[in-house]
Amino acid sequence: MMPTGLEAIASTDLPPLTRQRPRALWAAAAVIGLAVLLPAGVNQYWMQIGTLAFVYWVLIAGLDLIIGYAGQLAVGFVGLLAIGAYTASILCEKASWPAFAALAAAGAAGALFGFLVGLPSLRLKGFYFAMTTLGFSTIVTQVALGWERLTGGGIGLPGPIFPAPLDSPVGFYYLALGMALLATYLLRNVAFSNFGRGLVAVRDAEVAAEAMGVPITRLKLVTFTLSGILAGMAGALFAARQTYITPDAFTFDLSVLFFIMVLIGGRGRIVGPMIGTLILTLLPEIAAPLVMWSNFLYAVLLLLVVLIVPGGIAAFLERLFVKTAKGEGLEAPAPERLNAVLGQHASPKVLTLQGVALHFGGVRALDGVDVAVWPGTVHGLIGPNGSGKTTLLNAVSGFYAANSGRIVFGEADLAARPSADRAALGIARTFQTPRVVGNLSVLENAMLGAYRQFTTSFPAVALGSRHGVIEDCAIRQRAADALAAVGLRRLAHLRAEQLQHTEQRLLEIARCLVMQPSILLLDEPAAGLSHDEIEHLQALIEHIRSLGVAILLVEHHADLVFQVSDEVTVLDVGRVLAHGAPAEVRINPEVINAYLGA
Amino acid sequence: MLVTILVAGIAIGAIYAMIGLSYNMMYSTSKVVSFTPGQLGMIGAVFGAWFIGVLEVPLWLGFLGAMGVAVVYGFFTELVAVRPVLKSIEQHLYVLTTLAAALMIQQVVAIWWGTDPRPFPTLFGLGAGLASEKYWLPVVACFLAFIGLELFYRKTLWGAAFIAVAEDAEASRALGILDVRIRVVSYCLAGFIGALAGFMGGQLLLAFFALGATLTFYGFVPIAMGGIGSNRGALIGGFFLGILQQAANYFVGGVFVGVVTFAVFITVLLLVPRGLFGSAVARRV
Repeated sequence: MMPTGLEAIASTDLPPLTRQRPRALWAAAAVIGLAVLLPAGVNQYWMQIGTLAFVYWVLIAGLDLIIGYAGQLAVGFVGLLAIGAYTASILCEKASWPAFAALAAAGAAGALFGFLVGLPSLRLKGFYFAMTTLGFSTIVTQVALGWERLTGGGIGLPGPIFPAPLDSPVGFYYLALGMALLATYLLRNVAFSNFGRGLVAVRDAEVAAEAMGVPITRLKLVTFTLSGILAGMAGALFAARQTYITPDAFTFDLSVLFFIMVLIGGRGRIVGPMIGTLILTLLPEIAAPLVMWSNFLYAVLLLLVVLIVPGGIAAFLERLFVKTAKGEGLEAPAPERLNAVLGQHASPKVLTLQGVALHFGGVRALDGVDVAVWPGTVHGLIGPNGSGKTTLLNAVSGFYAANSGRIVFGEADLAARPSADRAALGIARTFQTPRVVGNLSVLENAMLGAYRQFTTSFPAVALGSRHGVIEDCAIRQRAADALAAVGLRRLAHLRAEQLQHTEQRLLEIARCLVMQPSILLLDEPAAGLSHDEIEHLQALIEHIRSLGVAILLVEHHADLVFQVSDEVTVLDVGRVLAHGAPAEVRINPEVINAYLGA
Repeated sequence: MLVTILVAGIAIGAIYAMIGLSYNMMYSTSKVVSFTPGQLGMIGAVFGAWFIGVLEVPLWLGFLGAMGVAVVYGFFTELVAVRPVLKSIEQHLYVLTTLAAALMIQQVVAIWWGTDPRPFPTLFGLGAGLASEKYWLPVVACFLAFIGLELFYRKTLWGAAFIAVAEDAEASRALGILDVRIRVVSYCLAGFIGALAGFMGGQLLLAFFALGATLTFYGFVPIAMGGIGSNRGALIGGFFLGILQQAANYFVGGVFVGVVTFAVFITVLLLVPRGLFGSAVARRV
């Protein structure tokens, strides 16, 4: 659905844009056509089932972003459905609002409560968060039951009635279909954007997401808000379809049903959950004799899906239709491609650490360290295991807070800044154990590096902003260049988890380069590399330096460090043991004694 | 009035505290927070009422029967919903599998027992009014369970093995402790403790299929307050919540008991995510 003219921006050596295959477009068109024609072919009963599936899908599209993409186990979404349903019904019944205004108000109420439901997710994980959402959905029904003056209590109240011709079953069917298409459009736009990648990164590799500057708090909350809007509007439609609502309509079982619809479809996919929604809406109608057991069967289904087919329908379909991508192996890196990647990179900045100390309980991991890293230079940081090298990187990138001392980058004192903001200042880092987002492609992983440079807002992206698409293409191109620079170009379409360990290291470097950083912190990039690969790495580091980037290199390969560095600092038990030009440090007797050996 | 709030609050609180002990028991050996403790309470109440009230078996036999069902269910939970997902615990899949296990038993009971609450038989007929057994039985049971667990952990070899597995399952395996067996036993024991809450509190709670969901939530609030793994915290949190709910029930009305509970729950979780007696946060990088 991307405007075809934009394809031209993407250069020819990019992997195909798998998400916009013509075949997928035809399939989508066929499904929509079928849905439009359905009322002509079936009786009213089946049409209303179809309506219900669309209404559910409006909610599921948002829930998929929460469960599938963001990985948050929100089991209480029925609460948001209820809030939307009651908001719309009360406004129509007690305040005589027109139905469409009530629908919008339901969306607004959903946004507010979606935001509130999302708040605990910032601090709580797994069961704890699931329990808050479960508690929330319980409270909503209790309030609906108790606040009789407004909600009619257990007796309930009539749902909104849309103006003719939307009040007829056929009319309402098309309204629901329209809303479902809108929800799909929003979901698709977010899912394949910068924000969708950010969500998956938060889900699968939270630390890496922070290091790339993904503002986790804001991203989670805005996603919860969007899914709240969808759930609230789904609630208004749900109330209109039921024609009359009582608290009984919003039992926890419905929440479980929603959850299974996403899971059975496949988390973090779009078509899968859509099929899941359809199947599970139809199932009770087909298996009518089993209706008494339906909730039991949902529970069994939930268990089976998690244990046996964790990938859901989507994984199954992909096995059928998507040719398994095979790697064509590494190729020689092309550092000259870096010029395009780092072209307009940020102003050169100096990193200075002054008297930085950091304790873990009684252990002084860093004990008053002074280091300065200059733009366009490589600063080697060596020392025995446990001397504080990685701790120093963590203090600079914000994963640990220093107990005393100052860390200044350019003009900015880093003390109070969270990791994600430090990334935005131009501090990029790799990890000792590569942290890549396994479920994203290699190219998408690299694109994550530019997360903070993406300027289009979340709402604009959700609504299909053309500017956002153009930006995305530019970042895609830059990521492809960065992959070429490190030699991963031919593996760009693989999922990152399919890469070997050493390839993942290179991917991390590429991801950092896409950030266009002012300083690059490398944590043992040569570990596990072959002799040839280390030579490639050295050439790459030298080329990055030549483009004005500062590099802080933590490494055990002494040869590499002494060859490539302009300055070397040796740490020992958290203190600077020696510092100076490589040639001096190499012959320093204390360094030889403590680290290098004779 | 104050006395009524306190007596009823402490009784209900004791039930929540026992559910909390059940949470802790499962958590200690598997590091899984399960959705099933409330269902264990429901089993204790419903099967207690069935054995004693419907089948009219002797008291002790009815007690053993109800406990037995819960122990089997605990065993089933470990086997079906916990063991298969332990390897990938960081994905939190146990949230879904234990939720599924909880819903399964709830639906089976709903169909077999019916969806209306039924009375739980009087057990001993001791005491009347505020001194009635329905108020003090859960409290006695709760303290017996708490003290029993303390003695078990401190005085028995099995208890020591439990602590070893709770501290570090892999290291204890290296010592020759069969951590899988310990885990299975802990889930059975958790079944017993959870069902004890429902059985002893049955006269207050009634025998009702939906009890499970309520107890799962209300029994977790003390855990959130006290910190998961702390039995003392569960006890204190349980009594606090019980009294708070009774007070809320009296002053603002029954419908808002849940709202007040939820408010406390969220506040505590956001202010002290690890609970008042909880352990420190692990390093991430």
